[in-house]
Amino acid sequence: VCIHRVRSCSSIRVIKSKYVCVFDKSALKFSHQQRLFRTSAVSCGQIVQFKLSDIGEGITEVTVKEWYIKEGDSVSQFDSICEVQSDKASVTITSRYDGVIRKLHYSIDDIAFVGKPLVDIEIDASKGVASEEDVVETPPMSHEEHTHQEIKGHKTLATPAVRRLAMENNIKLSEVVGTGKDNRILKEDILNYLAKQTGAILPPSPKAEIVPPLPKSVTVPAAPKDKARQIPVPVSRPIVFSGKDKTEPVTGFQKAMVKTMSAALKIPHFGYCDEIDLTQLVQLREELKPLAEIRGVKLSFMPFFIKAASLGLLQYPILNASLDENCQNVTYKASHNIGVAMDTEQGLIVPNVKNVQICSVFDIASELNRLQSLGSAGQLGTSDLTGGTFTLSNIGTIGGTYAKPVILPPEVAIGALGKIQVVPRFNGKGEVFKAQIMNVSWSADHRIIDGATMARFSNLWKSYVENPASMLLDLK
Amino acid sequence: MVLQPSLKNCLRLSCVLRSPKAGFRSTARGALIIQSVSNDVYQNLAVEDWIHDHMDLEKRQVLFLWRNSPAVVIGRHQNPWQECNLRLLRQKNIKLARRRSGGGTVYHDLGNINLTFFTTRKKYERMENLKLVVKALKALSPQLDIHVTDRYDILLDRHYKISGTAAKLGGTSAYHHCTLLCNADKFVLSSVLKSPYKGLKSNATPSVPASVKNLFEEDPSLTSEMLLDAIAKEYATQHQIDHHITLINPADETLLPGIINKTKELQTWEWVYGKTPKFSVSTCLNMAYKDSVLDVKVNMDVKYGRIEVCNIDLPEQWLPPALYSELVKSLTGSKFCPNETTTLATTLLRVCPQDDELHSRWNLLCENMRMLM
Repeated sequence: VCIHRVRSCSSIRVIKSKYVCVFDKSALKFSHQQRLFRTSAVSCGQIVQFKLSDIGEGITEVTVKEWYIKEGDSVSQFDSICEVQSDKASVTITSRYDGVIRKLHYSIDDIAFVGKPLVDIEIDASKGVASEEDVVETPPMSHEEHTHQEIKGHKTLATPAVRRLAMENNIKLSEVVGTGKDNRILKEDILNYLAKQTGAILPPSPKAEIVPPLPKSVTVPAAPKDKARQIPVPVSRPIVFSGKDKTEPVTGFQKAMVKTMSAALKIPHFGYCDEIDLTQLVQLREELKPLAEIRGVKLSFMPFFIKAASLGLLQYPILNASLDENCQNVTYKASHNIGVAMDTEQGLIVPNVKNVQICSVFDIASELNRLQSLGSAGQLGTSDLTGGTFTLSNIGTIGGTYAKPVILPPEVAIGALGKIQVVPRFNGKGEVFKAQIMNVSWSADHRIIDGATMARFSNLWKSYVENPASMLLDLK
Repeated sequence: MVLQPSLKNCLRLSCVLRSPKAGFRSTARGALIIQSVSNDVYQNLAVEDWIHDHMDLEKRQVLFLWRNSPAVVIGRHQNPWQECNLRLLRQKNIKLARRRSGGGTVYHDLGNINLTFFTTRKKYERMENLKLVVKALKALSPQLDIHVTDRYDILLDRHYKISGTAAKLGGTSAYHHCTLLCNADKFVLSSVLKSPYKGLKSNATPSVPASVKNLFEEDPSLTSEMLLDAIAKEYATQHQIDHHITLINPADETLLPGIINKTKELQTWEWVYGKTPKFSVSTCLNMAYKDSVLDVKVNMDVKYGRIEVCNIDLPEQWLPPALYSELVKSLTGSKFCPNETTTLATTLLRVCPQDDELHSRWNLLCENMRMLM
């Protein structure tokens, strides 16, 4: 292995450029080898016509397919300018200069000619114009670097300004994580790298070093005392944050949700919450799960919750009703189409299981499987998503205990189920036992539903779920 | 040569990629042949991106061999609605991918092999690559009547297309990739590559349809593995390297840092659909309602895969005007996607008056709109 004794410099071939760097001398007060700088760019620069270079294979014209920049944008060397196409070949044209785009010579779908100007770029007067040849960059080498590091077969992309910054601070570009396009190393990346380096070198802050007073019988080792004396001054450095606010229009499904939720706001909600002991249901499900699997169906808790809700709705049909727009009429819906809130890539969608009142728990489980697989494939149909009369939201699968669900119009009630937790409870004999507890939070439309009705429905639902055998008595 | 994934081979690539000394000592001098162990189209396309962005091809050219499970791959500047039957793809769970190179749409399955020739821009030479492929095929099966056209297709029996080509140039590197039909499912191929969508007008690159044939039909002894091997052998001969194929795993982030992000990007809606050049849809819905058929003219402009302008010519008062304008407002700016349309239409329905007649009209219209996407 041959160690190169090369002066710290970036070996960039065929570039004639000058950079103006202003060192912020005030930042030199700490002992570490670190400098901050600002480049000052003068705005009135020369306009250079960036010509479309040779594509190869004797091609003379191409079609402009996409612009990555627009007039007025700043570009750095190697930034993508546009995509052109010629005879099945797609070519990314990258900028040769740092500067500001002043003119695009073509529109999308125009034919562009090799050798003719593609864009006009205004270059800073303080910087020179890079030569016409393709520049092949190699990472900067310090005298410590070995040959194998030099030829990694790994290109590091960075503008000359960034390379210089790295070189000034003795940083190997290959060790910096680039966050720009094509993993390009940006100035921020160098600064972040520097921040990490300094953090690693500095000993921990004074607070951690305070040694608690020890009893006399214990010998105090010398080391901590020494460290305590060497409490360094914390480094103050301006925090560099280059994030930008991003504004996007509200479109499509989100827009529809805005409308629905605004309408939901008009409903006077009241809430009612309770604690459900699922210990018996957990056991029952364990027994029934393999049976369902034999039939090809995955059995969760939801089918039980849904069926119990339907049994409750038979006794309290007002919860399965709908109030018309003028609050003149209440329609008691015959079908129990119970919606199940689903979290998908798009957001919250609520498909419903139709006619739960005539479905068995197994039917419901099977239908839920179908809706879930369609939901994750993004293929739910219109009929699956409309006609719901009552909704359950199993937010507990993600987390949470109590919630304040929002009623989905035109329904009048909704229930949110929290997660199942194992907590200690007292049984009838006053003994502590392990209970599987889940919280339910109901919301109802107070215009037509009163607290007592909601409470009684909840109690009935709770009794079915806590003692699943009791559902057998009322199953139709 | 038996090609089986082995850890040893995978590790060797990291040496070959990182340390030229080991590279020089090994026989991968001047060129490298690699093969993907994955059949996932997105992962394999990501490997192409990775090599294009990160490998120094000045010292070593690369041949990349890959195959995909059923997928339709459209060119960089194409319109998926124009090129394939998206409904059928969704039904059959066939993936849709947009590659970064130009050219037309192709169907991939395990009976099709993909070859990517990586070089510097100066050494970019498509004809030479295709001649290499033809030479390899003729060595394997001398009686094959195959030749390269000036459109960079390979034709069998002067008539049937067995290979299509596309290329990508950028910065200092370039790649030329092509397909090769060994034993692909021609029935699925022709059905997925037929677009049912009418009234589309766009400047997207159109595909040129061609009759295809499998090499297997000419010579039943041929398999995809044999073709890959023969081409690798010819490449090795021409580049004076050992006939050794290094296997790589496209999910290996350590070997290919950044590959996971590249794979993810290729799967985003914004890339696959959002990169479609601006197009317009001008068609007529024939909605069967009660005892009559309504002719409803629809005009839409779609940009970046989203509906920019939407006009639906419904009979007056067929839907309450306020609702109609609400629907159009919601569709504007939303993705040109059946799922998006369904969810937004069904969500909006919640704030419509509870009228069965109204609901059935609304659902009918939305179902028909979905069919356009």
